[in-house]
Amino acid sequence: MIVATIAFYIFAGVAIAAGFMVIAARNPVHSVLFLILAFFNAAGLFVLMGAEFLAMILIIVYVGAVAVLFLFVVMMLDIDFAELREGFLQYMPIGALIGLIVLLELLLVAGTWTLAPEVASLAASPIPPMAEVTNAEAIGQVMYTQYVYFFQAAGMVLLVAMIGAIVLTLRKKPDAQRQSIPDQVARTAETAIEIKKVEPGQGL
Amino acid sequence: MAELWTTYGFPLFIIVGQSLGVLVGLLLFTAYILYADRKIFAAVQMRRGPNVVGPWGLLQSFADLTKFLFKEAIIPSSANKGIFLLAPVITATLALSAWAVIPFDDGWVVADLNVGLLYVLAFSSLGVYGIMMGGWASNSKYSFMGALRCAAQMVSYEVSLGFIVVSVLMTAGSLNLSDIVRAQDTSAGLFGWYWLIHFPAFVIFFISAIAETNRPPFDLPEAESELVAGYATEYSSTPFLLFFLGEFVAINLMAAMVTILFLGGWLPPFDWGPLHAVPGVIWFVLKVCFVFFLFAMVRAYVPRYRYDQLMRLGWKVFLPLSLGWVVVTAGVLVAFDLAP
Repeated sequence: MIVATIAFYIFAGVAIAAGFMVIAARNPVHSVLFLILAFFNAAGLFVLMGAEFLAMILIIVYVGAVAVLFLFVVMMLDIDFAELREGFLQYMPIGALIGLIVLLELLLVAGTWTLAPEVASLAASPIPPMAEVTNAEAIGQVMYTQYVYFFQAAGMVLLVAMIGAIVLTLRKKPDAQRQSIPDQVARTAETAIEIKKVEPGQGL
Repeated sequence: MAELWTTYGFPLFIIVGQSLGVLVGLLLFTAYILYADRKIFAAVQMRRGPNVVGPWGLLQSFADLTKFLFKEAIIPSSANKGIFLLAPVITATLALSAWAVIPFDDGWVVADLNVGLLYVLAFSSLGVYGIMMGGWASNSKYSFMGALRCAAQMVSYEVSLGFIVVSVLMTAGSLNLSDIVRAQDTSAGLFGWYWLIHFPAFVIFFISAIAETNRPPFDLPEAESELVAGYATEYSSTPFLLFFLGEFVAINLMAAMVTILFLGGWLPPFDWGPLHAVPGVIWFVLKVCFVFFLFAMVRAYVPRYRYDQLMRLGWKVFLPLSLGWVVVTAGVLVAFDLAP
């Protein structure tokens, strides 16, 4: 087990350090890259817990898609760092307040588990032994039965967000030249060219 | 101490040995795939291709390797040095590490993961970071344009790749790559492999794989007629070599994925005695070479896409088709009670 413990501390340590660097790095692109490092280490922690399915999904969804778009946007921004630093003190109280609330809530969750250990089992469903089913199957078994409404609700939230994004960005530009493949295919020699008889020395 | 050696030391030793074996084999294979790519391209254009270094030019790739290694590495003065040098290393490392879960024969796999399919998908989708970091860190317009195109392109085509993978895994009932190959082992041989029952998905996967690895006709990130060399404009010497290597290893990986998912991996094409006597790894390599030959022919024949056509193909054609295929597959599996 000693190797697992060492691996845990390495992953956890790097994750925390990377998380700190996300807010400490001067360059926003570096921040995003540190965020990706933090995701990676979180995936490593999942693997250590035997949840390799979650680890891979974390990498595919967050690192492979979400962070790419993040990086995409951040790379194109031209940020004035001095201006960014100026507002720091102004926003600090709000930031500190949010941090404090999150900290309190985390303490509440962890505290409840310690005070009343039976609470954790209220929401839990029986976990089949790892030797019998892979953890993709184990998740599938509860996700589409016990949690099917939550699953559907999450799907609806994402659908609404997606339609919202499309509606916000969809504009018809009348002067934009767009390729219309049916129009191109429907063209014939008769509609495409016009043959003119040009007399010598006359021009058109 | 002796216990520590038997529990960790010895397995570690074996894993390192296996990884080195795969690495050396893969790099040699890549060297000859590069040579084959140039020879095929030349044959299509009625040229001779590389034929000077070694007999029939067989050592050309090694001459190129030496050339790249001994050139001067130039770092642009306004580049972001750390990320500029990190980017090619990341590209090459990610492309190579995905091979850990590829089964070359029954049981010939470095890491027999239960989620092998997702692992490959994850690592091939991470390939975009090397290119984006390289393009941004070069601090050049062409590089940056290449990086932006690459990001949009790879994210788009991953979606359809992912959906096709879902329909294959529903039919096989496993995310383990070895199990997916075993599920194709029927008495029908060649016709029991998934290319036949998943034919539309096979075609979409093949095209998306080309787009995902930025091969022509989808090589918009390095379109030399528009962007000089795209994200690789400022790279030279060993960093460029690493980019190049990463790209070709990723192409081989995609050929291996097509082989495993649709062409029955290490299985012989007919259920006939003497064919079973041939080692599975030979079948596997032959199939990978065949798929690569198709990639090379596509590169030689098809002109480069325009960027809006590329996006249209990804989002408006492949995404609905592959999503529809998932629904059809699931429907058939449930309706006829075929789900494993």
